[in-house]
Amino acid sequence: MIPNTFDYHAPKTLKKAISLLNEHEDAKILAGGHSLIPLMKLRFASPAVVIDIGRVSGISRIKIADGQIHIGALTTHHAIASNARLRRVCAALPETALEIGDAQVRNRGTLGGSVVHADPAADWPATMLALRAEFEVGGPSGTRTISAGDFFVDMMTTSIQDGEILSQIRIPVPPANTGSAYAKIHQSASGFAIAGVAAQITLDGSGNISAAGVAVTGVAPIAYVASAVESALIGNSPDEATLTSAAALAANDASDANEDLHASGEYRKHLATVLAGRALTSAAERATS
Amino acid sequence: MPVSKSVGARIKRREDPRLIQGLATYVDDIQMPGMCYVTFVRSPYAHAIIKSIDASAATDLEGVVAVITGEDVKDVGGVPCAATDFPNVQVPHHPVLATGKVRFVGEPVAAIVATKRYTAHDAVDLVEVDYDPLEAVASGEAALKDDAVKIHDTDTNLAFTWDLEGGDVEGALKSADRVVKERFVHQRLAPNPIEPRGVAADYNAGDDQLTLWSSTQIPHILRTQIGLMLGIPENRVRVIAPEVGGGFGCKLNVYAEEAVLGFLARKLRRPVKWMEGRRESFLHTIHGRDQVGDVEVAVQNDGTITALKYTVVADMGAYYQLLSPAIPTLTGLMLCGCYRFKNVAMHLRAAFTNKMATDAYRGAGRPEATYMVERIVDCVADELGVDPLEIRRKNFIANDAFPYETGTGLAYDSGNYTGALDKALKMADYDGLRKKQAEMREQGRYLGIGLSTYAEICGMGPSTAMPAGGWESGTVRVDPTGKVTVLTGIKPHGQGQETTFAQLIADGLGVEVDDVKILHGDTDTVQYGTGTFGSRGTAVGGTAMIMAMEKVKAKVKRIAAHLLEANADDIELKDNRYIVRGHPEQGVSLTDVSLHSHRGINLPPDTEPGLAEAHFFEPTNFTFPFGTHIAVVEIDANTGEIDIQRYVAVDDVGNIINPMIVEGQIHGGIAQGLGQALYEEVIYDESGQMMTGSFMDYALPKAHNFPRFELDNTVTPSPVNPMGVKGVGEAGTIGSTPAIVNAVVDALKPFGVRNIDMPLRPEKLWRLMNGGASS
Repeated sequence: MIPNTFDYHAPKTLKKAISLLNEHEDAKILAGGHSLIPLMKLRFASPAVVIDIGRVSGISRIKIADGQIHIGALTTHHAIASNARLRRVCAALPETALEIGDAQVRNRGTLGGSVVHADPAADWPATMLALRAEFEVGGPSGTRTISAGDFFVDMMTTSIQDGEILSQIRIPVPPANTGSAYAKIHQSASGFAIAGVAAQITLDGSGNISAAGVAVTGVAPIAYVASAVESALIGNSPDEATLTSAAALAANDASDANEDLHASGEYRKHLATVLAGRALTSAAERATS
Repeated sequence: MPVSKSVGARIKRREDPRLIQGLATYVDDIQMPGMCYVTFVRSPYAHAIIKSIDASAATDLEGVVAVITGEDVKDVGGVPCAATDFPNVQVPHHPVLATGKVRFVGEPVAAIVATKRYTAHDAVDLVEVDYDPLEAVASGEAALKDDAVKIHDTDTNLAFTWDLEGGDVEGALKSADRVVKERFVHQRLAPNPIEPRGVAADYNAGDDQLTLWSSTQIPHILRTQIGLMLGIPENRVRVIAPEVGGGFGCKLNVYAEEAVLGFLARKLRRPVKWMEGRRESFLHTIHGRDQVGDVEVAVQNDGTITALKYTVVADMGAYYQLLSPAIPTLTGLMLCGCYRFKNVAMHLRAAFTNKMATDAYRGAGRPEATYMVERIVDCVADELGVDPLEIRRKNFIANDAFPYETGTGLAYDSGNYTGALDKALKMADYDGLRKKQAEMREQGRYLGIGLSTYAEICGMGPSTAMPAGGWESGTVRVDPTGKVTVLTGIKPHGQGQETTFAQLIADGLGVEVDDVKILHGDTDTVQYGTGTFGSRGTAVGGTAMIMAMEKVKAKVKRIAAHLLEANADDIELKDNRYIVRGHPEQGVSLTDVSLHSHRGINLPPDTEPGLAEAHFFEPTNFTFPFGTHIAVVEIDANTGEIDIQRYVAVDDVGNIINPMIVEGQIHGGIAQGLGQALYEEVIYDESGQMMTGSFMDYALPKAHNFPRFELDNTVTPSPVNPMGVKGVGEAGTIGSTPAIVNAVVDALKPFGVRNIDMPLRPEKLWRLMNGGASS
């Protein structure tokens, strides 16, 4: 990599990182480096200052407490993929992590880095939306929490403000009789999602769907909640007919469709419905098992 | 050659420990005091007039030593092309730095030299080039239209034409029961070795010696060409190809950067280095394929194909590189594949476009032939309503017909096409697969079975049939203490000849594999040679070495006979000792003989001291490996995803020296061939901008894309060389592409599909399976 010249800082605390970020105008946060470094390598990004948060303590842990799954922003995809407790509690998280890149990418890339980059074909945004995650963001005037629904604003844009750093992701611990899953079709070059669907289903005492979270990535400029699918599920039994008819609505909430060399918008929308079916089937099985 | 202790053994590659441990020396590992770094300013336009270049801001940057443009190198010769003897040929001057005009995106316009690598990159954006963009043309067929913009200020973009005709094609087409036609597109591919190109250069004024390190497959040819381009005597140039991290043909070339680095080292009297970035590699390292052709075959109702006619446009890009025009002619030579087509013709028109040059990429012209032939055979089967297997059997060249003269003027050396086919069918359980396919179709599932029965050209080649010499050289030196050093004119870069050649020498001279060192790639050390390409390393280079070794061995036997007071004809090699036949107790080792020969006294009459011999081997023919590949796929109608369930390959590459290395070559070859079928495509848009200039958009095959390859082989020795080897470097690539496409088309037969253009993106299949047209 031969990037532009830049100043490099490696703070050890989040507070120091936030203050450095606020001291420098053209500064970028470096986490796992899997979004920023490729851009710098090609000189598409040329920040004057790089603040490497890799040595910041306390933001790379996975903890389940107080009814929440707490995942530090610096947690690697591999740490999530290999966490046995998460596999039992919330299967969609390790399942999503395992679909990302290759082993090298998963060993370095982080959940926080991925969500703040907000690539329209990244995997995590769908899972974050489906699981109703919250993002804890630190800034010069303290900490605030942003819901996943408010977090992803546009292609490559989140509601994090200049001078703020994502520190932690919180996901409600799923209640009993809940299952979740992530299904994806890879773009053959980059490995990103041509389309990806995350789904979570909770069943009530009578076996009907009492809560559902379904979200789609890769298809539209930003990942979106498939509200039409969720509505079609609630109150119904998770049988094949219900899941199929609900999955067919997975593209209804797409604002617009991504088109590129690899897939047309029409195909992406179609894949959203197919993958919704796969994710829902898998989530329903897990909810009942 | 009989299989003895080393030859035929699965010996691990001796190259690998240094590669795995990071102990290899690549161009980028060359460091010298005072070394400067070079970057290139490249055209962002496919076609534009250069109005002016202002390099002042770059020159002013601290650490920038020099910025040069086309004006500064106007005395440097153009990038050479060795194959220009064609009808209607245009040979445009190919400047090392553009002057006046740029003709493709990525064309070098200026070179920057700086004391630091980072500075050299920083300065690229500071060179201001004022361009006046012109209309561009980005496809061969479009370029040949009358109203197309002209690339070289001549009245046509026609680069050359080439016609090949054997027998009476038109007559056969007229008298055929039916004529089957199809149009095939061989998309453009980027070779993408793991190590991109790189060049370092150093000029020693005291010795008047230019040393050029380059990641190249052809150090000797490069040396000749650099001498000519820079106008300096060839013996004042030394080319060293250090460890080369893959080439696939793209380093079988002479590039502008190599000449510019040599020029700069001499001009500045400082060592300089340039390393190609991946993006540059996509833009300015040669591409492969890019042919569009219409094929017609004359068919009798019994399935006999009596004629084949291929009318094709080949896209040369904006300029020729070393062998660009020769590549599609190799397609022509292999029009017959493994079939008895007596009447064959190819009509080629080559076009200039505003794109990077095409040239040799693994297979180089033969994959296009094999793909076209193997696909049209399947189309014939489809029209006649018979199994594709039947058409193949019906038209195969018979096993007793070798050596076989083809309609294209080649003489196939040896073959047993039904042998490889039958073995593959049995391994795959072909009949069982067809039954399973029928059952699955009943259930609305789409299984496809694809055959490819290929033959290809290796061991390139006789000098008469090559654009430059086709021979190869080898020297075998025995040190006084009996260790052996081989100097080979080839340039291995992943093919494993440091291992296989040592195996051959170990058996041939009676030493251990570890006693043998194989040297290559340094023109001051190794006698002139041709290089590694066209699956020739072992078949031609290995033979040169074997011939040199036989000369050494004859002398060893003479000296041994002298020492043992026996007749040289009675000396034989047994258990690493030269013994008198029938008297194993009387023997000497190679070390004994070599010490004696180097001591120089009491030698047999008329025997020179020392122990070293050289040989230059001129092959009398190519070799023609063949085989059968069978792919089994299932397509998901809901998404168009392809699941490759099985891949069976039976290849016949003649005698095998190291089965593990042969399998490795086949594995890599299959993966690369499937890459073309399924994933890879260099796309330029209509304005000549490259849309696939990184691995984010250009898809290479990955290990997890494939099932375990089920491999076996048959062995039909080649009579062309004493080892009976044929070559294996490209077989997998050539055989695999049509197997997978035939399988996918077969799967989609219930949807009336007869052809799909590569790469087989899932969306295309989904559309075909859901009532749409392939796009």
